[in-house]
Amino acid sequence: MALLQISEPGQTAAPHQRKFAVGIDLGTTNSLVATVRSGEAQPLADNEGNKMLPSVVQYQQNDIRVGYPALAEAELDPENTIISVKRFMGRSLDDVLQTYPELPYQFEGDSTHLSRIKTRQGNKSPIEVSADILTELKNRAENVLGDELQGAVITVPAYFDDAQRQGTKDAARIAGLKVLRLLNEPTAAAIAYGLDSKQEGEIAVYDLGGGTFDISILKLERGVFEVLATGGDSALGGDDFDQAIVNWIKAQAGLTHTLSSRERRVLKEQAKKAKEVLSDSEQVNIEFLLDNHQTIALTLTLAEFNELILPLVQKTIIACRRSLKDADLKADEIKDVVLVGGSTRVPLVREKVADFFGQTPLSSIDPDEVVAVGASIQADILVGNKPDSEMVLLDVTPLSLGLETMGGLTEKIISRNTTIPVAKAQEFTTFKDGQTAMAIHVVQGERELVKDCRSLARFELRDIPPMAAGAAHIRVTFQVDADGLLSVTAMEKSTGVQASIQVKPSYGLEEEEILTMLKSSIDNAQDDVQARRLAEQVVEAARMLESLGNALKADGHLLTDESREALYNELADLQRLTEQTDAEAIKKQIEKIDHLSQDFAAARMDQSIKQALKGQQVDEI
Amino acid sequence: MAVTLTETAAGRVKHFLANRGKGIGLRLGVKTSGCSGMAYIIEFVDELNADDQVFEDKDVKVIVDAKSLLYLDGTELDFTKEGLNEGFQFNNPNVKDECGCGESFHV
Repeated sequence: MALLQISEPGQTAAPHQRKFAVGIDLGTTNSLVATVRSGEAQPLADNEGNKMLPSVVQYQQNDIRVGYPALAEAELDPENTIISVKRFMGRSLDDVLQTYPELPYQFEGDSTHLSRIKTRQGNKSPIEVSADILTELKNRAENVLGDELQGAVITVPAYFDDAQRQGTKDAARIAGLKVLRLLNEPTAAAIAYGLDSKQEGEIAVYDLGGGTFDISILKLERGVFEVLATGGDSALGGDDFDQAIVNWIKAQAGLTHTLSSRERRVLKEQAKKAKEVLSDSEQVNIEFLLDNHQTIALTLTLAEFNELILPLVQKTIIACRRSLKDADLKADEIKDVVLVGGSTRVPLVREKVADFFGQTPLSSIDPDEVVAVGASIQADILVGNKPDSEMVLLDVTPLSLGLETMGGLTEKIISRNTTIPVAKAQEFTTFKDGQTAMAIHVVQGERELVKDCRSLARFELRDIPPMAAGAAHIRVTFQVDADGLLSVTAMEKSTGVQASIQVKPSYGLEEEEILTMLKSSIDNAQDDVQARRLAEQVVEAARMLESLGNALKADGHLLTDESREALYNELADLQRLTEQTDAEAIKKQIEKIDHLSQDFAAARMDQSIKQALKGQQVDEI
Repeated sequence: MAVTLTETAAGRVKHFLANRGKGIGLRLGVKTSGCSGMAYIIEFVDELNADDQVFEDKDVKVIVDAKSLLYLDGTELDFTKEGLNEGFQFNNPNVKDECGCGESFHV
């Protein structure tokens, strides 16, 4: 029995045509999936009632674990348990090793290419690991909603470049998700609070998660969110608050010995719990056992805790100040401040943010869920569950796109913060007499010199007719689609020869690799299809057993004893088949019974017509 | 002629209307389509049409157009959970036959 949801006026879909779409917050520490049902955006929970899915994947010999089960194994199997893979997305191996020198993973491959982690299931790129997280969320959503998803809006940090965005899209593709669009995380948070329906103004989104801090300054103008500035600290978050408490406990309890791994874990858990309690209490009791059975009992007050974390919170405020300066704004020009991330539940954080911006930040939506909620609202509109009058949010290019000209200079074709989708063209010419080819180097960034920008792609336009230098007219068109992905075309105007490239990020996957991954995900899907086919046949069989059984009970006398016996035997066979796993056999049996029972159905029909006619005058009919 | 709501359904409808921030009530209706003849409509209502009938049950305005009412008379709307999924369900005494999914029916 399908369960129905309330639609917008005039938007009820035809049966079996309901359009389910989700918003996914693919986070560094935790991920979430949300959807809009009966007009309300809500995160979806798993069987245990957990909404958050830790962004952790463990590769076991024959199994992939995602979320809490993987997290539980992280300490025992660090090399095969990938935590916070988002940090590596779209980055070269050199880049990753330089930024995170202390990772437990064994990286493989070429230093200037996409990093890959060696696991017992082979080398895994960050894209594949992300795909495993997305698959888990997709399965959860389809399980809860009882139907296939039409698409998803996936959020990415505002500072993600093309390679990282493309990587996220590829991960979704491998997971079998149709990406309706990628959405900047701060923009999603602003949408969750309905700020997109306001006319204009500047918005600050303060996002303090488990291990990262981001501040984004957005400008809303005529329904378009522009990213004015982003800043933050990729190694500052709630985990540092926990560590501050751990250090305090060690100092207070005089623990100078090297802690055992059990003690380290207990201390960390106690610290985390204490931090959470202090979100709405004045003090917390901390009590635990050391390995030598000595009990440690301490009391941490809110004032003490605030003192411990003050330097950390100050660091975030300094980043806010810097971002405001980048955006050329003053704190009092900010219209709304949105809090995102579980660590913004800490009272001192709220207090300092409120002080700095001179207003109470928006926090009525759970800060862990607000990004996924905003994404799901956008997904609901994009999949077509809202009347056309609802505006589809526009996005902007995060960085300028351009090409290299003589002397290693950048010529910007599409400047940053241009609303997308967009296409812009510019004419270039040859540099030398008789030049018949032109190399086009596509770059992304704000800097003037090509070497300071990020290289996105290179291609060549050949067969330019030989002409004097400066006589050829070469039109280069940059086109950015709604997801922020770029294609570049170059055309010589007199002959019409052209060359083009769909920008494949330098640190992304080759199309072939994606296809291989897709194929392996399809191989798994085969099993799913089998299971589905069986389930359908079992339902069909149950229906037949029930309806024919009832009919035989009521009108069995219309049949000869042998035919009745035969039908009962076939039904018993069908019953047996439904307890096995052969969908095809069930289907055949259903067809067989269908055929055998046709005469019976005709006899019943005759009988009911006779009954209807009985006792009526001919002229009444 | 009447259409009613269970306590649970009424509570959820009120919640969803409040969350939406606008709308005068809940429209229940039928349209022809689906694998078994007719399909249910369940929508928020922003404005009434000329042939609409308005019922009030448990503080919720239920709006049904005249034609749909022929098929829905006596229906009770319920809100149930099925595993992790949840949603509204029509308990319609006029229904003779339903498709397996319950999204469409036949009178």
